Amino acid sequence: MQQVFKRPVSLKDVQTHFCPGCNHGTIHRLVAEAMDEFGVRERTIGVASVGCSVFLYGYFDVDVVEAPHGRAAAVATGVKRARPDSFVFTYQGDGDLAAIGTAEIIHAANRGEDITVIFVNNTTYGMTGGQMAPTTLVGQKTSTSPYGREHAKDGSPIRMAELLAQLGGVAFSARVAVNTSRNLMDAKKQIKKAFRYQVEGKGFSFIEALSTCPTAWGVTPIQANERVGRELIEYFPLGIFKDTADWNPQSSPTAPVEQPGALPFPEFMHEI
Amino acid sequence: MSQRLFVKGNEAVAMAAIEAGCRYYFGYPITPQSDIPEYLSRELPKLNGEFIQAESEVAAINMLLGASATGVRAMTSSSSPGISLKQEGISYMAGSELPGVIVNISRSGPGLGGIDASQADYWQSVKGGGHGGYHIVVLAPASIQEMYDLTMLAFDLADIYRTPVMVLADSVVGQMKEALLPNPRPVTTLPEKGWAVRGRKEGTPQMIVKSLFLGDGELEAHNWKLHGKYDVMREKECRQELFLTDDAELIITAFGSVARIAKTAILMAREAGMKVGLLRPITLFPFPAQAFKEVTGRCKKILDIELNNGQMVEDVRLSVARDAEVFFYGRPPGAGSLPVPEELFEQIIKHY
Repeated sequence: MQQVFKRPVSLKDVQTHFCPGCNHGTIHRLVAEAMDEFGVRERTIGVASVGCSVFLYGYFDVDVVEAPHGRAAAVATGVKRARPDSFVFTYQGDGDLAAIGTAEIIHAANRGEDITVIFVNNTTYGMTGGQMAPTTLVGQKTSTSPYGREHAKDGSPIRMAELLAQLGGVAFSARVAVNTSRNLMDAKKQIKKAFRYQVEGKGFSFIEALSTCPTAWGVTPIQANERVGRELIEYFPLGIFKDTADWNPQSSPTAPVEQPGALPFPEFMHEI
Repeated sequence: MSQRLFVKGNEAVAMAAIEAGCRYYFGYPITPQSDIPEYLSRELPKLNGEFIQAESEVAAINMLLGASATGVRAMTSSSSPGISLKQEGISYMAGSELPGVIVNISRSGPGLGGIDASQADYWQSVKGGGHGGYHIVVLAPASIQEMYDLTMLAFDLADIYRTPVMVLADSVVGQMKEALLPNPRPVTTLPEKGWAVRGRKEGTPQMIVKSLFLGDGELEAHNWKLHGKYDVMREKECRQELFLTDDAELIITAFGSVARIAKTAILMAREAGMKVGLLRPITLFPFPAQAFKEVTGRCKKILDIELNNGQMVEDVRLSVARDAEVFFYGRPPGAGSLPVPEELFEQIIKHY
């Protein structure tokens, strides 16, 4: 009998604590599969952030450093500079990365740190009970925007993948989703691409993965998945915002700045 | 024998860090400590080390946390307002039992304050400046030689106790030039860093550097463990200088730069026939409580002098014999408030 589906060896054989319908488990799996495929598990150092993803070390079978809230990119910088042969990734939520950790992510990206950042955007602070995040959509009700997020008062949701693509140190920036099987397959492809950049020592790679929070959103897992396809992707388009295959920090101190959307749309963009 | 050099205190710190094997520095410019990052930005690349000018003090301390988690010797430096920003990271490092050296060439405050010599960060340094109830080792150099020697010691203590260690000085010892013997790194036996994250090889356990403990009883046990280490430090690591205390009728206590001004005043007093001595704490945490207990077994008058409104004096009062009297003299730091020896001599006359 041929085995066609198995647990990635980079993932532990344990049950997660994530709520039903949460996409963390799926995204964990995609990251672990990419780790397996590149054979980097034994030299991987993960950096856990603060939020639902804090228990990274409970699920990934790799060495892990736990960072203070928002500081994962700075911690990863220290790890990678001290151990340049290691494979370093951070795994951060949208409150962690796009609010309290904005300075750290922008400057790690701008320095072109040779790390991979997995940014999970579910438009809310899940662990603390569903408060408004910098990524919360205008009109979205949360426990701290009970009347819905207002553009005039709260600003508009930040598109991190596009924002970071502007920076010279960023080699690769893409946004993916896992709400449909096709998007999931494309997400895996982009995560592998992001990993390849680090494996080849080509600079900072960034994956924004749209995710769900049925608990905080107050919907069923199926409705949550539908919301990703209906509302999130409309504001946070899927695609590659920067892909500088031959970017070299040594030869190009002022790497060309790519405009969002300037690159040809990948095939998976047609699916929404 | 090494050659005598004529260097600034801040340079001595940087030289000692390199001699101690530190190859990773993360910092942010702030007066009066910028000579340290400037020196290391020049020297570390020659040694295949890494120097990063971070985007903030917050980022710098977290880079230190990350580098230290991999088992290397690493450091950061700053001055008071920047040290305030680092407190989050210091608390996490203390909780995660990570070694690391933090140099505070402190300046006056509160707030932006000024750049003058100040000892107003004593409380922040020794009482656990961040959240959660912890201590870090705090060393207080009073000379350029001590800036060098204590920085090297800081790296050893950090590795031995798996704790952040702070070198607490000010612009007097940071900016002043003096003779320095750049002694080679002392030979010490240091524990293996088996806890460091280096990538989990097949057949080896997963390494996790963290300060989150949610299981029933876990965090309490972790805190007892940390506080057990503080007790060992109190027993084994207290350091102080005793100067003319054997026959003293009045003992001045002061740390860092002001202890040197006090020494001059003490010599003036000795010339005038007054038996005055000095007890200078070198470790501020652990505080040399036993030394205070011993000297006040005989000498019943202690005059505490600080470049602040009275901070260490609280620990002095907790440490002296019950029948000893503790007087305090200090001025809030700022331009023009650094006392001259004559001013301290007057205080000696007043309390003798």
